[in-house]
Amino acid sequence: MTTILDPTNEAVPVTRQVTPRSGAISGVVGLMDIRKPRGDVYLDALEGMLKEKLPGIEVKRFAKPTFTKPCPDDLRHDIKRECDFVIEALAD
Amino acid sequence: MSETLNAFALNDAAGKPHRFPTGRPALVCFVKEDCPTCNLVMPVLDGFHRAWGDKADILVLGQTKEGNAVLSERHELAVPILDESGCKVSFDNEIDTVPTVIWAGGDGTAGTKVIGFAREEWEALEKEIAGVLSADDAGIAWGDLPEWRPGCGSKSVDPMVADRLRAEADNSPIRARKIEIAEADDEFEFMFDQGFSDGLPLVPPTPERVLRMLDGTKRGAQEVIAVMPPNMGEVTVEKVAINAVMAGCKPEYMPVIIAAVEAVCTDEFNIHGVNATTMGAAPVMIINGPIRHKLDMNMKLGALGNGSRANATIGRALRLVVRNVGGAKPGGTDRSTLGNPMKFTMCFAEWEERNPWEPLHVERGFKKDENVVTIFAMTSGPTLIVDQESRKPDQMAGTLGLGLESVFHPKYHGWPIDTLLVVCPEHVDTLMVDGDYSKKRLRERIQEVTKRPLRDMVGNDISGAGLKPEAAANMTAEQLDSLVPKFLSEVYIHIVVAGSDAGKFSGAFHGWATGEMGSISVSRKIGD
Repeated sequence: MTTILDPTNEAVPVTRQVTPRSGAISGVVGLMDIRKPRGDVYLDALEGMLKEKLPGIEVKRFAKPTFTKPCPDDLRHDIKRECDFVIEALAD
Repeated sequence: MSETLNAFALNDAAGKPHRFPTGRPALVCFVKEDCPTCNLVMPVLDGFHRAWGDKADILVLGQTKEGNAVLSERHELAVPILDESGCKVSFDNEIDTVPTVIWAGGDGTAGTKVIGFAREEWEALEKEIAGVLSADDAGIAWGDLPEWRPGCGSKSVDPMVADRLRAEADNSPIRARKIEIAEADDEFEFMFDQGFSDGLPLVPPTPERVLRMLDGTKRGAQEVIAVMPPNMGEVTVEKVAINAVMAGCKPEYMPVIIAAVEAVCTDEFNIHGVNATTMGAAPVMIINGPIRHKLDMNMKLGALGNGSRANATIGRALRLVVRNVGGAKPGGTDRSTLGNPMKFTMCFAEWEERNPWEPLHVERGFKKDENVVTIFAMTSGPTLIVDQESRKPDQMAGTLGLGLESVFHPKYHGWPIDTLLVVCPEHVDTLMVDGDYSKKRLRERIQEVTKRPLRDMVGNDISGAGLKPEAAANMTAEQLDSLVPKFLSEVYIHIVVAGSDAGKFSGAFHGWATGEMGSISVSRKIGD
């Protein structure tokens, strides 16, 4: 028997429950631009479509400072506090 | 001597457990079959057992299982030999020589200790024991025995065994989860299956190897040297050591790897972005200072290639830490479109002695005799710059400039992109043929020869890349005629010297996004 040592950070991922799906979109929808080029173009189009098909919802726009670094904690908390849904946009 | 021997429980050959201490006085004896002096004293110990076995425990601890059976048979012993083949009791009691016998009280307090065989000492021990037990002497024929014989090394100090014992000891610095690989499993295949590998075989990180690796640094094993994205894993010195073993490093490489981990985990270097970008960036490590010689790093022939253990495994160790502790894996958060071989390893030393300029680390504010690692995020390289014809310094510098036109795309000019230019010795000689040709002059020349009118950078039928035609349409002829050099500023041109004395082939690494939104190169002093 050979014993080796674990080279990883040994983190046990936290199991998270997926938020129950209501089947309908209402309330506030957050659109987050990760700041890749043309992400704004994509989100503008998406916002237009959402407003046309779901006139009852409110859309809020967010953006990461840069796509190259992880999302700041404060921004994640803001989105969680202010929105019922969020769509994160990757583009190029 | 008033210290207490550690308690133990060992089985004899028949499987019967023997404990220490038991409340009765005991003679604890450490022996090994292949030691001639141990063989000499076995009949003596047997005599002690026959004489006083009803009043005291004569505990003979044999350090090899097979050897214990041989000793029993060879000397027709009545005293049982306890299986101490794990050597844990020997290690715990710091036994370095066999035979060692220790007379202990019923509570485990250590008394007289005799090492090896000096007849006088053993006779005195016999009298002491008989006195304590109010018993007769054991009747040993001391006159038949030699006056003195040296002992042998205890198996517990054999380097291979000692490292295992250190790893298993209560005060072991090892805290990582132990993974047991079954006999039937191939450990190399197992490590591939666990996802620990970069695609090449790994050295199994056994506790013994990791302990030896930890000896390469004075930093504490559980010291957290960085927090590494994307998993935000705490990188302890121990985790670095485990990955360094897997990479094939020597212990003396540890301080370099630790400094490298610290460097890439800064906000400036931004290892998360470097891993995640579809462009496929990778850390390129350059080592400066006297440590280059101590570690036998390659800075000459083939410095940027294969063949040097230090170059290859230091770079690989950093990558394995990024993969295993940080959690960045291709297909996960490593999203490189093509990838590149630098993602296995890319580390070399600068040939400071062949460098007519200040070496990289001095240019960046360190002292010449300090050991420093500098790390750049590079997306490709080394791209070769060939010039066997230039004989004048400005021609040579011009070639190096033209060779950098392809960084990102020939139509991209005036961008804030790093390049790392590795000038080979023969090209250095051409630059210096008329006297000093400064790095500043070289940088200026690179910018000078790469200047192109803005109109050359407008997207067209040959290539849509570059300035958008609709933007160009709003510009004046004067604006479109303005000349733009390759780099936004000379600060993006980094220069080092490496390579063999023969060959007119320099190389360039091409950078990634720089500044706040990308990666800024970082230098770190290498500690102990």
